[in-house]
Amino acid sequence: MRQPFRLATGGRIDRSRPIEVRLDGERLSGFPGDTLASAILARGIRLVGRSFKRHRPRGILTAGPEEPNALLRVERGPGRVDPNSRATLVELVPGLSAATQNAWPSLRHDLAGLFDRAASFLPAGFYYKTFFRPAGAWERLFEPAIRRLAGLGRAPETADPDRYLHRHVHCDLLVVGGGPAGLRAAGLAARAGARVILADERPAPGGGLLDTGTAGPRIEGLLAAAWLERLPGELEGAGELVQLSRTAVEALHPSGHALLLERVTDHLQEPDPRLPRERLWQVRPRAVLLATGRIERPLLFPDNDRLGILLAGAARAFLAGQAVLVGRDVVVAAFDDSGYAAALELAAAGARVHAIVDPRGAPGPLASAAEAAGLRLLAGWAPVGSEGGPGLRAVRLAPLDRTGRPDGRGERTVPCDALLVAGGWTPAVQLWAQAGGGLAWDAAAAAFLPTRGPSWLRIAGAAAGARTLAEALAQADRATAELLAGLGLAPPPAEPLPAIEEPVPAPSTPPWALPETWRRDPKATFVDSRTTSPWPTSSSRCARGSPRPSTPSAGPRPGWRPTRARPRHPPPSRSSRRRPAGRSTRWHPRPCGRLGRP
Amino acid sequence: MLVIPCPFCGPREEVEFACGGEAGSPRPADPGALDDAAWTAWLWGRVNRKGPQVETWWHQAGCGRWFLVARDSRDDRVLATWPIGAPAPAGLGLEEPDP
Repeated sequence: MRQPFRLATGGRIDRSRPIEVRLDGERLSGFPGDTLASAILARGIRLVGRSFKRHRPRGILTAGPEEPNALLRVERGPGRVDPNSRATLVELVPGLSAATQNAWPSLRHDLAGLFDRAASFLPAGFYYKTFFRPAGAWERLFEPAIRRLAGLGRAPETADPDRYLHRHVHCDLLVVGGGPAGLRAAGLAARAGARVILADERPAPGGGLLDTGTAGPRIEGLLAAAWLERLPGELEGAGELVQLSRTAVEALHPSGHALLLERVTDHLQEPDPRLPRERLWQVRPRAVLLATGRIERPLLFPDNDRLGILLAGAARAFLAGQAVLVGRDVVVAAFDDSGYAAALELAAAGARVHAIVDPRGAPGPLASAAEAAGLRLLAGWAPVGSEGGPGLRAVRLAPLDRTGRPDGRGERTVPCDALLVAGGWTPAVQLWAQAGGGLAWDAAAAAFLPTRGPSWLRIAGAAAGARTLAEALAQADRATAELLAGLGLAPPPAEPLPAIEEPVPAPSTPPWALPETWRRDPKATFVDSRTTSPWPTSSSRCARGSPRPSTPSAGPRPGWRPTRARPRHPPPSRSSRRRPAGRSTRWHPRPCGRLGRP
Repeated sequence: MLVIPCPFCGPREEVEFACGGEAGSPRPADPGALDDAAWTAWLWGRVNRKGPQVETWWHQAGCGRWFLVARDSRDDRVLATWPIGAPAPAGLGLEEPDP
């Protein structure tokens, strides 16, 4: 089977055992180690879905759990159906069949795509304001039609034959994330005698290191992939350590109760029928270390949702993991040094890198490496648009003047089939915030970074804002020592950090810092590509003429902040007003049905 | 979900327990002698302290006994548990004013 974008060598795939699966009835081939997304890209397929509501064509944007676009209905046999599976997480097994969603009659010719053309005539609340007349027509006519268009995916119709189990466990330390910081902390704590659980969402340990190639850090003289191969042995003798792969920590409650979802059999060709499909671990750790990493940001410019525009980190991940090139003719928009690393690695793998655009004035050490490799660097430029049908055919680049506006002259259109966007990184602090940790805006990192948290919780690595591997490992050491001391356990053994060679990345420019690059067509500039939300121009400061929405003081605030509770009930009656101050009439929350005092 | 150390059974999950509310307001010996305000105050009035407070809990799905729990209402930490009638452990900050 043809896999035009697959390289002959490299990747963590087993080329000796080809696998065939089906996508929309057509054959698709890959190897063990592939995900559905990498097999789709290796085949050269770009269109994998339609966006919610406006039904714009959607392609693969990321390589990980943050994928917003590639949501497929995955079938593994009768009753074993999962709608809205992220193609980037589905491991390839023979007999799997996937189908695209949210399009009718077909993905390529989706009638509902007409909504996109009419989007300007569909204001908020359009349904409710339009379809209420004549009476009775709603139930018989409008609702069935709208229901077909609404939502994503179709629920399975038959009963699920699989089994799902619970497991309750206690441990001293739960380490979330199997990247370098998590591995380091888990090894240290286990060798110090703690009972450790290490939960990692990916099939193999390594985290973000797995996504790096030749432009990544060198650890003790080795590339990350080679260095990681030596690690499992080191961890095996480390004491009481339970290492869970394919296990996502779904919740970390303020009481310290953690919920882990382990996918047990989905990646197996012929699973033991006695095994459950998934296992829900209810963990009661005495301390938790989060090493959850970070996710990359896309860029904002008109038509930034064309198929073939994807994250620079994702392009590196597909190359390092599955030896798949996301495009042959590549342009890189490097608002962060991750873009240079992607350009260098893809160029070394045989892609033609036509240009690297970087709006920053002083690019970092990777920029000189890219220039030394003969790549064309356009410093002080930014992408201002893209051309093509659904698929990307060219990208429009423009030089910026001193204020960060594209000056009208010198705009250039560069043909390409992939645009890699690197908009900097957002630390993955969801679990930290859920468990009660604080966040504060950090202007230098252009992100919310963890501040203070509960005594039993620490965060380390890229999730805590570390920009380099050495910094991440040092944070892991410190956090482990603090947690073990808090538990009254022996301190971690003194182990020197491995020798690391890595370029220190230059500060990145956040995607929202160049409003002039997208303001010429804000309605085609997408912030959230799943729901097709364009930048909220009508209500945002920038639309009203504020020059820089990126000023840190005007930066976004976290979605929910506790506010002082205001009394909603009527004012107290005269008799209760005489009660001493500080007494309230609110009853302590208690289960219903057991009223009556002890 | 909290883990509550029952003084009779050891640490157990919160689902096994039922909370009986704030401790320290015994039922009036003769409710009929009270006026409406005093009765209402006993029935409904609670301190609702921000910080460590003492509550009664019932180990419903375990030993079935009532006991006292000191819980910090700010972060839901269970500070200590002890049988009814026994002296409260020292150093819990129960006597300090509302933080």
